[in-house]
Amino acid sequence: MFSYCTDPSTLEGLSWLSCYLTTGKHVNLYISVIVVLTLLAITAPTALLFGFGAASAARSQFLPLRWFGKGYTSIVRGVPDIAFFLFFVIALDQAFEWMRHKVKCPDWDQPIRQGIDFVVCDAAKLPLSSSPQWVHETYGFFLAVLTFSIVFGAFAANVLYGAMQAVPRAQIETAEAYGMSNRQAFWRILVPQMWVYALPGLSNLWMVLIKATPLLFLLGVEDIVYWARELGGTKAAKFTAYPHPNWHVWYFAALLVFYLCFTKVSEVVLGRIMARLTKGQATAAGEAQRKAAA
Amino acid sequence: MKSLILGTAALALTAGMGLADTVRMGTEGAYAPWNFVNDAGEIDGFERELGDELCKRAELTCEWVKNDWDSIIPNLVSGNYDTIIAGMSITDERDEVIDFTQAYTPPDPSAYVALSADVDLAGGVVAAQATTIQAGFIADQGWTLVEFATPEETVAAVRNGEADAVLADKSFLDSVIGDGLVMLERQEALGGGVGMGVRESDQELRGKFDAAIQSMKDDGSLNALIAKWEVSSQW
Amino acid sequence: MSCVETIQAYAFRSIGFGERLLPKGEYTLCEHFTLIGSGMIWNIYFGFVALLTGFFFAVALAVGKNSANPAWRKPAEWFIFIFRGSPLFIQFFFAYACFLNLKGVSSFFDPFTSAWLGALIVLFCNTAAYSGEIFYGALLSVPKGDIEAADAYGMTGWKRFRRITFPTMMRLAWPAYTNEAIFLFHATTLVFFSGFPAWRQKGDALYYASYFADKTFNPFVPYPILAFYFILLTLVIILLFGFVNRQLNRHLPQERREKIRWRANLIR
Repeated sequence: MFSYCTDPSTLEGLSWLSCYLTTGKHVNLYISVIVVLTLLAITAPTALLFGFGAASAARSQFLPLRWFGKGYTSIVRGVPDIAFFLFFVIALDQAFEWMRHKVKCPDWDQPIRQGIDFVVCDAAKLPLSSSPQWVHETYGFFLAVLTFSIVFGAFAANVLYGAMQAVPRAQIETAEAYGMSNRQAFWRILVPQMWVYALPGLSNLWMVLIKATPLLFLLGVEDIVYWARELGGTKAAKFTAYPHPNWHVWYFAALLVFYLCFTKVSEVVLGRIMARLTKGQATAAGEAQRKAAA
Repeated sequence: MKSLILGTAALALTAGMGLADTVRMGTEGAYAPWNFVNDAGEIDGFERELGDELCKRAELTCEWVKNDWDSIIPNLVSGNYDTIIAGMSITDERDEVIDFTQAYTPPDPSAYVALSADVDLAGGVVAAQATTIQAGFIADQGWTLVEFATPEETVAAVRNGEADAVLADKSFLDSVIGDGLVMLERQEALGGGVGMGVRESDQELRGKFDAAIQSMKDDGSLNALIAKWEVSSQW
Repeated sequence: MSCVETIQAYAFRSIGFGERLLPKGEYTLCEHFTLIGSGMIWNIYFGFVALLTGFFFAVALAVGKNSANPAWRKPAEWFIFIFRGSPLFIQFFFAYACFLNLKGVSSFFDPFTSAWLGALIVLFCNTAAYSGEIFYGALLSVPKGDIEAADAYGMTGWKRFRRITFPTMMRLAWPAYTNEAIFLFHATTLVFFSGFPAWRQKGDALYYASYFADKTFNPFVPYPILAFYFILLTLVIILLFGFVNRQLNRHLPQERREKIRWRANLIR
């Protein structure tokens, strides 16, 4: 990185550290921070969408849809996320490739499963094996987003379902009295009001989601914890210009600080959103806000 | 008849396309000196050099992929990459599920490292990485086994007295001895040599790499590479 | 080996009884189910003991965080923040490193580096912090009228807390606390996965599931079995907690019970 870094063994103190912390490997660590943040930013709305879908399905008049909504929430919520991640990504990947295979190679006559091997035609591979590495990584990233969203969507569905129930029945009855259809009452009355009830549960879910990111390496995404573990391990002089003993403690301490700061920032932001949502709502907190302003 | 010929032609064509495709090489990247990530953040080590040379000889375009060790075989059979080149010993259990090329290094013995040379293995506590052949071996002996998630932790356990000795690949332990740790005389021959893993349905690729390894064995370049990285004994 | 023999040999393998060597060669479904089920003993032990002991600490933390005296409030706030704000595996890492150092100081700390005690302490602190926050939220929502009524009856201090504040707080917090219990049992799978060493191949359900996955190279059998066991466990937790919930609310008239349930759902 810096011009004086050509021979690190001659360096000491801060200049050594500045070279050490800017090696290509450390840059990977910094990139992984961005990857993790991006993943969280995409996963949160997606999981919310899944949760909303499942919660609406669980309230549906149509029985199979209701079963689907309830089944999805209770089964996925029952499984530890780690156990889910250990087999689900591969299954998801195979399912996608199998569907593509059905479409792209209709006259393939060999079995898909040969022993334990999973074989689809070349054109059905996701991504194509000729595509560059970044395509593979992006695909892996989106598989991880999807898996995370499915898991946390189930928890979000549980929260949103509770929130929908929590909107006072009188509000819906009023809507009906005004002649709104079920659909209108749902979209115009229930959905805008449920968020204030859902937010505490959703904030908590967000906190749990942040803390689930160390499991990303199980999904094939190299996250911060993976790199901290890798960089912190003992490095012998033979394989690196920056030999050092086991420094896991320092790297994990840095991670601890990172997660604590992230939590703090989230708490502050979510607190503000809550204050805004509460405004004008028919809840105790909303009442308190009104009184304070008056 | 015509359609049959067309069919074969198409098959030949796809096979030809298969050749032009990139071969994806799966490795762990956390097992120096076999494969590790260097300061620049790239995969490096004995197997990196070996793999690049093999690809050159087999006239293949290769790309390196990192994968977690625990899921390295499931991801191979699922088709996420085409070969495993990750210091993987050829064992019967693995051979049932995937195929191996011929070994590119002779069997690397497993060795013990302890704080003193006269440690009592049978009466003491022996550490190993969880679910490795070494862990299985210690359990078979009836000794007290303690398993850690990473090899690094097994060595740390001996240093801080949690375990009396650690059993692991000799090439790995060679890099940790010193600073109070000594290697015992006793060694165990576990597992076969190290080879490249390929899917059982992928015999064509296996043949190519097999031939390339043979040619490197014949002209002595493989021995030179083994000597350079000190991964095992030579052929 | 028939399935009955397998069960006899491995049902208690995770706590050191029965066959010493883990199954080899065939890896039947029966062996999968028995051994992974045997590992569940550990998950249940960790979850149950941590939940039970953590409950009391959580109440203390909630009361502490609600206290006007900063000498009580600040430590409770920081404890909750640190344990809720960091991933469990980092807590395991630092706890293990810390216990190892303490071990050098005195032999009293010897058992702390074993999972049965060391990991239990971490899980205890973790669940106490999460539940403490839930209880604190509930404490804030205790209706003012309840407290005023207690004052009117001349109740103060401990008596008022025990008879009025505490029961209402529990009623409000219970659904969210149920979720926390589920999360805690799920978190027990991390103990041997990245935290504490496994001795003599005695591990939890995930340890044995990954043993099988490592031997058969097929993740699609052992992990779904593990998932199956956890779904069962989760159902049992929901049943038990639902029973307690009904007990907590049994004095309320029917429709008010409903109301409490909705309201409590938003605390977490």
